[in-house]
Amino acid sequence: MTTPDLLGKILQVVMGLVVLAAVVGLLIFFIDKAPKKGRDYWQLALFLLPAMLFVAIGLVYPAIRTSFLAFQNNAGEWSLDNFIWMFTQPAAIRTLINTVLWVALAPVISTVIGLAYAVFIDKSRGEKYYKVILFMPIAISFVGAGVIWGFVYDYNGVGDQIGLLNAIVVAFGGEPVQWLQTDPINTILLIVIMIWIQTGFAMVLLSAAIKGVPTEQIEAAELDGTNAWQRFMNVTVPGIRGSLVVVFTTISIATLKVFDIVRTMTAGNFNTSVVANEMYTQAFRASEIGRGSALALILFVFVLPIVIYNVNVLRKQREIR
Amino acid sequence: MRIRRHRRWMAPVVAAAAVGLALTGCTGDIAGEDAADTDCADYEEYGTFDDAEVTVAGTILDLEADRLSESWADFETCTGISVDYQGSSEFEAQIAVLAEGGNAPDVGIVPQPGLLNRLAAGGWLIPASQPVVDNIDEWWDPIWKEYATVDGEVYAAPLMASIKGYIWYSPAEFEENGYEIPATLDELTALSEQIASDSGRQPWCVGLESGDATGWPGTDWIEDYVLRLHGPEVYDQWVTHGIPFNDPQIAEAFDGVGAYLKNEEMVNAGIGNVSTLVTEAFQTGGLPILDGECSLHHQASFYETFWNPDGGDANTVASDGTVFAFLLPPEEAGGGLQVTGGGEFPVAFRDAEEVEAFRHYLSSDLWANNRVSLGGVISANKGLDPEVASSELLVQSIEILQNPETTFRFDGSDLMPGAVGADSFWKGIVAWVGGEDTAQVLDTIEASWPAS
Repeated sequence: MTTPDLLGKILQVVMGLVVLAAVVGLLIFFIDKAPKKGRDYWQLALFLLPAMLFVAIGLVYPAIRTSFLAFQNNAGEWSLDNFIWMFTQPAAIRTLINTVLWVALAPVISTVIGLAYAVFIDKSRGEKYYKVILFMPIAISFVGAGVIWGFVYDYNGVGDQIGLLNAIVVAFGGEPVQWLQTDPINTILLIVIMIWIQTGFAMVLLSAAIKGVPTEQIEAAELDGTNAWQRFMNVTVPGIRGSLVVVFTTISIATLKVFDIVRTMTAGNFNTSVVANEMYTQAFRASEIGRGSALALILFVFVLPIVIYNVNVLRKQREIR
Repeated sequence: MRIRRHRRWMAPVVAAAAVGLALTGCTGDIAGEDAADTDCADYEEYGTFDDAEVTVAGTILDLEADRLSESWADFETCTGISVDYQGSSEFEAQIAVLAEGGNAPDVGIVPQPGLLNRLAAGGWLIPASQPVVDNIDEWWDPIWKEYATVDGEVYAAPLMASIKGYIWYSPAEFEENGYEIPATLDELTALSEQIASDSGRQPWCVGLESGDATGWPGTDWIEDYVLRLHGPEVYDQWVTHGIPFNDPQIAEAFDGVGAYLKNEEMVNAGIGNVSTLVTEAFQTGGLPILDGECSLHHQASFYETFWNPDGGDANTVASDGTVFAFLLPPEEAGGGLQVTGGGEFPVAFRDAEEVEAFRHYLSSDLWANNRVSLGGVISANKGLDPEVASSELLVQSIEILQNPETTFRFDGSDLMPGAVGADSFWKGIVAWVGGEDTAQVLDTIEASWPAS
């Protein structure tokens, strides 16, 4: 690329911005001049139009196309082969089982630990610092976390163990273990990384929610002679139910989509693959677009009930208020 | 107030100017080269063009990409065609998407016949012009033409080549112990056992780890054995699914390899036991040879550049150097060698004279000699003078490829559909060295072969 090329490109960008500004300006001008009758609808429609357009191009169309591709083989013929493959091949079934395992463990454990931590440090001295410590991992990317934990789980065939976990095992007189290559412990160890990242998120949100529980209610319960556990279960938890659901569902969705951790640590080998990782592998490495699409569809089916539940609970909360 | 307002628009302008200036620094203004300095006699047959441009993309990066560009610098000067190469490590995953969206480069350097097939099936490729086909017929072994042919139509001439199935060893260790280069597979077994009993450790070191491609070095082993044990016909049937993947002949090849890879007496020298095969990176798998902790390592010719992991040239690759390599021997002595290898195919996405002129040049012996003399690579072009290659190993490789007795076959996993060659075959190797038995692994791979 030469200087004139670059100047040309910069000019193009500037021109593009100018045109965009002009279009938006014109649009607003016309909305303003819309007929009095039904002006609200005109304005609503015109303001929503760009967003709807982008949603249609970027979300609705690909979703529909993916659904169609899932029912086609590589030659473009309609068939159920992709789904037959998904539910009959041991490797593919294992991928589905692993994903279920992830969703069953990661959200529950991170929410529980996050909640317990938030309750224990609540109103303690140095609460801020305790929070920062647990919140820090969430600032690390999944790939970065994968690399860090790769060192924790490292295994050496000969010589000293540089992996933290194996170093501990050896220090206690045990034999070093190939953590990431040993099925099924490897999947559990990968889930630990997810929990490590997400617990901070759960803790921060739940801590804020706990502070929002009215002290009067807790004091009233105390006067009624309840113990701490009863107060927690009957006052605090119902009081933060909305936040609990949001935290739980958000982590569930993040867990369903997990890709980076698996790809950096084992690349889906040794029976650790999950749906999102297999989806990428099939569609882009194995060139089996249909299989990848079918997996994407399954992922969508998994996510759907969580989202519906989330929306329902939030709506009920609003009705109560 | 006035000053403040002034500042408000000053900041973005200054920022924009700074960014603009900084970006200008990224550009390299290249002065037009003087055509008079170049001898254009060799390039007359490609014609001359005004303002013609050819965009090229491929997986080749860094130093190799610079050498590639250099190899057609004279061509650009003499023909007036400017060639713009863009390398990307994601090329293979992206090219089909780009082609479908109509954004493909003019020429794509495709490293796998399987991918070439897919692109041709998508209807995106321009068949090779007659001069290119003539060059293929003149300069290449006929098998290469088959790899670039889809439904009777030839789409590209091969570009460079590499040889797989080399076994690396230390010449000093061999000389000291009086070991001979084995001439048959049985002799290789005998040699391995000899080394094991002399040294009291395993003779072979292996690394199969390669990120999400873990397992591929193992597929090279299998391919080598299939070709050597059962010959090219069975090999061709195997990669095209003419025989199932779980055919007994393939199982035999697996078991032949398993005698090394799944044998605690044979691997993994200097690294650990059999279970470390899948955790040792292929890049470092052979390095224990340098410390005398390992004697034999199976890896392609490109491993030449891995022997000095910290840079420098302390470890030399030569028959009297630190390390050298011999080809995995045939089953029976005498006769020709069998060799598996890889290569690239420059396919065209745009039908234009300048693109074909460029591809015509790439398919010529002139280009092969130009590129190989820049170092680091070889080509299977028979017009290539072996002496221009940059190292003893490459000279030896060219001679193997040019020997009419040699049976060459392309890397099998590159010929199979992606679902097998870039997925289940690799995973199968990982499971297999992890302890799964051969029959089970082969059944799993066979089941993953796509129906269409």
